[in-house]
Amino acid sequence: MDLQLPQVSAVYSWLAQVKDPELPVLSILDLGIVRGVNITENGELQVTITPTYSGCPAMDVIAMNIRMALAGRGFSKVDVQLQLRPAWTTDWMSEEGKKKLKTYGIAPPQRLSASAALGLFEEDESIVCPRCNATDTRLVSRHGATACKAMYQCNVCHEPFEHFKCH
Amino acid sequence: MTQEFKPTAAGLRLAYTLQLADNILILAHRLSEWCGHGPVLEQDIALTNTALDHLGGARSLYQYAAEQFNALPDAERTAFFTSPALQQALTAKGKAEEDDLAYLRDAWDFRNVLLAEQPNDDWAFTIARSFFMDAFHYFLYQSLKESPDETIAAVAEKSLKEVSYHLKWSSEWVIRLGDGTAESKEKMQTAFDERWPYAGEIFEASEADKAALAAGYGADLAIIKSLWQERVKSVLEEAGLNMPAETWMHRGGKECIHSEHLGYILAEMQFMQRAYPGMEW
Repeated sequence: MDLQLPQVSAVYSWLAQVKDPELPVLSILDLGIVRGVNITENGELQVTITPTYSGCPAMDVIAMNIRMALAGRGFSKVDVQLQLRPAWTTDWMSEEGKKKLKTYGIAPPQRLSASAALGLFEEDESIVCPRCNATDTRLVSRHGATACKAMYQCNVCHEPFEHFKCH
Repeated sequence: MTQEFKPTAAGLRLAYTLQLADNILILAHRLSEWCGHGPVLEQDIALTNTALDHLGGARSLYQYAAEQFNALPDAERTAFFTSPALQQALTAKGKAEEDDLAYLRDAWDFRNVLLAEQPNDDWAFTIARSFFMDAFHYFLYQSLKESPDETIAAVAEKSLKEVSYHLKWSSEWVIRLGDGTAESKEKMQTAFDERWPYAGEIFEASEADKAALAAGYGADLAIIKSLWQERVKSVLEEAGLNMPAETWMHRGGKECIHSEHLGYILAEMQFMQRAYPGMEW
């Protein structure tokens, strides 16, 4: 294969095409789970990603999609490494990603994770309804369809919606 | 492990890793038994989300355990596990992988505490078990995230964020039930009284715990016990419940001696891999 070594920045632009299978509006870069890209001398790619939650079933699919996206660029050998530490936080989600989430109908994380530890029965203050922007919303369940989301309902437009938890 | 075999430091580290992993795998299995049976959809989802967090942590630890096992000296590798299905697989493949450890060990090669394998029974029993285990894991991971063992520290740091959320959930349920109706209070108190004799074992140091503490990569169970007791006491007080009385405590899980419940869990959890070895989805 006649292959020029790519620039790391080019690899990142390809990774921007890989979506989170559970949240197809977000790329893995928006999500902040790509921790590094390394190109070895013989043109092998190493991509390091970090899981959002320990048991997130999307991680295996994401690793496979990374391999497929890069295979499409001519890389048959892509080593996807999983790195647990430092632990992923919603602080790493891009501002662009948060906007996309809101447009998609999911309230993005609002706080910094440093203040993520809530006391018992404490709720996040005024999660903004992604549909009507009202701040008068209520927590329905701390857990949702995936580990990263909680369920809310808007008291103004009455729409139920998901909130990407601060983590 | 056969009795006459003296484990090396590496073998004890493996045993410690398995203790950590087995606790959360078995707890994850118990919690996921609620899937489709939760009292309301939101709580059903809460339990399965929590189970998935534990399962993810367990996978990382089993991968690490398999690495450690494969690097043991030959004699110790032969003696470490005595489960026939695992031994067969090891002979065939020449090495262990994470799934072998989860699916091919029999009960006598598991090191989880007895509390983790106790049945769900009713909602209050499930909450009592979760609350005891969550409070333990919360303080355990706080300590282990400083461990010089990089893999253990990384799993602890990652899991701590998740366990904080689990502990909040289980604590709130304890308070909600204790401070609820007369019936919910009685059920919550009964569950705590019945499960309390299984909580002591968590803090009794096994050989692996002692070796881990001495070598500096493990947690000090005496310190964790006092933090745990303080937390349990304060939540039970807020719930209007009594701390269970000091009593005789069950033990054995960490030494691979289990209650009858673990066999049934494994029969269900391991069925596919035992019936169709090596099958994949």
